[in-house]
Amino acid sequence: MAEKSPQELIQIDLTPPPKRWMNPAVDFEARRGTWSYPAAVKNLNYLGMPNPREWSPADADWKLPENWQQIIHEGFKDLLKKYRTLEVFMDICVRCGACADKCHFFIGSGDPKNMPVLRAELLRSIYRQDFTATGKILGSLAGGRELTEEVLKEWYYYFFQCTECRRCSVYCPYGIDTAEITMMARELMNLVGLNINWIMEPVANCQRTGNHLGIQPHTYKDNVEFLCEELEDAIGVSLDPPINRKGAEVLFVIPSADYFADPGTYTFVGYLMLFKHIGLDYTLSSYASDGGNFGLFNSAENMKKLNWKIYHEAKRLGVKWILGGECGHMWRVMHQYMDTMNGPADFLEMPKSPMTGTVFHNAASTKMVHICEFTADLIRNDKLKLDPSRNDNLRVTFHDSCNPSRAMGLFEEPRYVLKNVCNNFFEMPENTIREHTFCCAGGAGLGNDENMEMRMRGGLPRGNAVAWARDHHDVNRLACICAIDRATLPPLCEYWAPGVDVSGVHELVGNALIMEGEGERVNNLRGEPLNSEQEGQDDV
Amino acid sequence: MGALISLVAVVGLGLLAAVGASAGDGLRFVLGVIVPGIAFAVFLGGIIFRVLRWARSPVPFRVPTTTGQAKSLPWIRNSELENPSGLTGVIGRMALEVLAFRSLFRNTRVELLPDKEKVNYIADKGLWAAALTFHWAMFIVVLRHFRFFIEPVPVWVEALQSVDGFFQVGLPVYYATTFLMVVGLAYLLARRFIDPKLRYISLPTDYFALYLLLGIALTGILMRHVEKVDVVQVKAAIAGWASFQPVAPVGVGLWYFVHIALVSMLLVYFPFSKLLHAPGVFLSPTRNLANSNRTRRHINPWNPEVQGHSYAEWEDEFRDKLKASGYALEKE
Repeated sequence: MAEKSPQELIQIDLTPPPKRWMNPAVDFEARRGTWSYPAAVKNLNYLGMPNPREWSPADADWKLPENWQQIIHEGFKDLLKKYRTLEVFMDICVRCGACADKCHFFIGSGDPKNMPVLRAELLRSIYRQDFTATGKILGSLAGGRELTEEVLKEWYYYFFQCTECRRCSVYCPYGIDTAEITMMARELMNLVGLNINWIMEPVANCQRTGNHLGIQPHTYKDNVEFLCEELEDAIGVSLDPPINRKGAEVLFVIPSADYFADPGTYTFVGYLMLFKHIGLDYTLSSYASDGGNFGLFNSAENMKKLNWKIYHEAKRLGVKWILGGECGHMWRVMHQYMDTMNGPADFLEMPKSPMTGTVFHNAASTKMVHICEFTADLIRNDKLKLDPSRNDNLRVTFHDSCNPSRAMGLFEEPRYVLKNVCNNFFEMPENTIREHTFCCAGGAGLGNDENMEMRMRGGLPRGNAVAWARDHHDVNRLACICAIDRATLPPLCEYWAPGVDVSGVHELVGNALIMEGEGERVNNLRGEPLNSEQEGQDDV
Repeated sequence: MGALISLVAVVGLGLLAAVGASAGDGLRFVLGVIVPGIAFAVFLGGIIFRVLRWARSPVPFRVPTTTGQAKSLPWIRNSELENPSGLTGVIGRMALEVLAFRSLFRNTRVELLPDKEKVNYIADKGLWAAALTFHWAMFIVVLRHFRFFIEPVPVWVEALQSVDGFFQVGLPVYYATTFLMVVGLAYLLARRFIDPKLRYISLPTDYFALYLLLGIALTGILMRHVEKVDVVQVKAAIAGWASFQPVAPVGVGLWYFVHIALVSMLLVYFPFSKLLHAPGVFLSPTRNLANSNRTRRHINPWNPEVQGHSYAEWEDEFRDKLKASGYALEKE
């Protein structure tokens, strides 16, 4: 937990200093708690990435390659040729400042370089100097800067202080997307070996074992079996999920955190209960054991590599289509990137719900359906026996995760599901939900412990909105559809909105499902007693 | 500091034009004919060059920012203008963005109350209103200028003038857009001085563009309402220019040359600066693409030739463990 108390941390001055921003100087030693540790040598070696070495951002010498400036320059030129987004976004910003106070990291830190416009200017200043006529002629008058080691250090600090949540791009009159700019900056930093371990270790793990956590197939099976036993102990429902089963109709892909840590594990058994309830012909895979993809936070190439196994496994198992669990960045990859990178999925069939006959035309090409779309359709067609009163001890609000919101537009489906499985649903203030939603401040690889102060700072807007819902509607449960949220929101709520617990949407679905042949349900999926008034208040 | 340098630059430019124009016919020809001619060519050529260069760069991924419900299940109402599923929606979304500055309309201002542990978001339409006012006013002002370019004055220009001068104030009539353009610009400039965040992010070039536009507007007003210029002479000068038989303008006064010099600067500056936001917004991939990602495959022309860790390699690596935990294997 951050060492400062919430009352100390919230003493934030959003007024920038009078002096100009162009002279960089980040004191890493003094700012511990707001940056992430660099990638371990073994991970860069495993992935064959440049400049593996032992180093710390707090060191004076970052052990860069001798010709690092040239490497960055060439890399920049290459990216400009590859991405229209980069070229256009470098050229057209007018610095109107509409984005300035939209970033959760700026709101929570007051650090002016966390204003999206300035985050982008860190890169743009180099672009001007190196690639534009005005920058070459007018230099700093036109906003150009020399690429020095200090500038590079600033890149490391601020581009690993962006969660690629895209909130700023909603407000930008030209749609300039800082997520895109951060991705480009991270691509450039990769070239000289500046990357963080909380990204590179999951990428390396995922490349090897199929999932970010490095869970090997025997442990995968043990985990799944263990979670099913726990569920049986909790509610007396037994599950026997198929793993790597050929010929199933549906391959179910989830983020690995769902079978690894609470509270994601309750969401995991929630999915499995649903499938048993409707008799879905599906399989899990211990090879395609992570839909999540930290390559998204690192490089287009690594993203493609990690995503490649999904279609590969679907083909091997001979399934008809793919269903995806609750995970934010995984869904950005599945929705906006997978088909382009690793498609076409012409060996799969148009997804069709075997229970309702609904054809998911919106997944006609990718052949992958979001679990919330799937479940909403089941509920709409009255295929589920639900008892929402089993969630009556919960007063629920919904956190729109960044990626399903601003890179998909998945707003109604999870709300429809929630409103059908619980009786007490309340929204947070409108400027903090749907497309305006605030990040958990731990996405894009920043959800590590050494970065905790920055996470709590960036978590202020979200936490404050949750506290509002708690104070106005007695909300005690924050539902979400993202595995990173389920890992990062619990400490955030504990810090900014104590008394509110976090769960996935399908955990609440599981609570409400009336399973065939079940006895009286006395516990929820967590093994806690249902519907006891005092429990509802005390267990949070 | 940056604001001052830019002010000096714009004023200096105006002075230079005035001094030059009073030096003799030769320089008047240069300032009244050659400079604006070149400036216009640079403007057109520069924009075409830029747009072509942008258009040449591929869009490897379809990355719209979705600001409303996607089209998914038939019974869920989707928001076609905020999250277009196809071309019609994209056109609508872009039209709203370009004509009404839709995204700026969302603007809020954050208010932090540390003692109450509260963060508030207050609707803030000031920037939207000022930006929209300035841009539309300028657009109409530019259109009104066609009365200098086309003889006889087209009906639509006459109509525009009569609507714009509806209030019949002053002689010659003050146009509403003249006023609105200056007010809009003044607001956009003032916020760069007053708001500490804006002051911090503003570059010298941000002030330069505003001073230039203000200079153009003010010299225009001067010519119409104060140091009244001989419109017949102005028309003659511009008509000569338009018919490729240019003559040095005579009897138009110094303000005319200052005005033309500033306009020329704006035209030249345009393709090399942030003023490119005008054509650029049309090419912004987060706005001009449909969220049809899962329905239609998007092609990346440089899709990297990489593969993941294949199932066979994975099975080989974990064979013993897979066997021990009873998995069915491809190869025994």
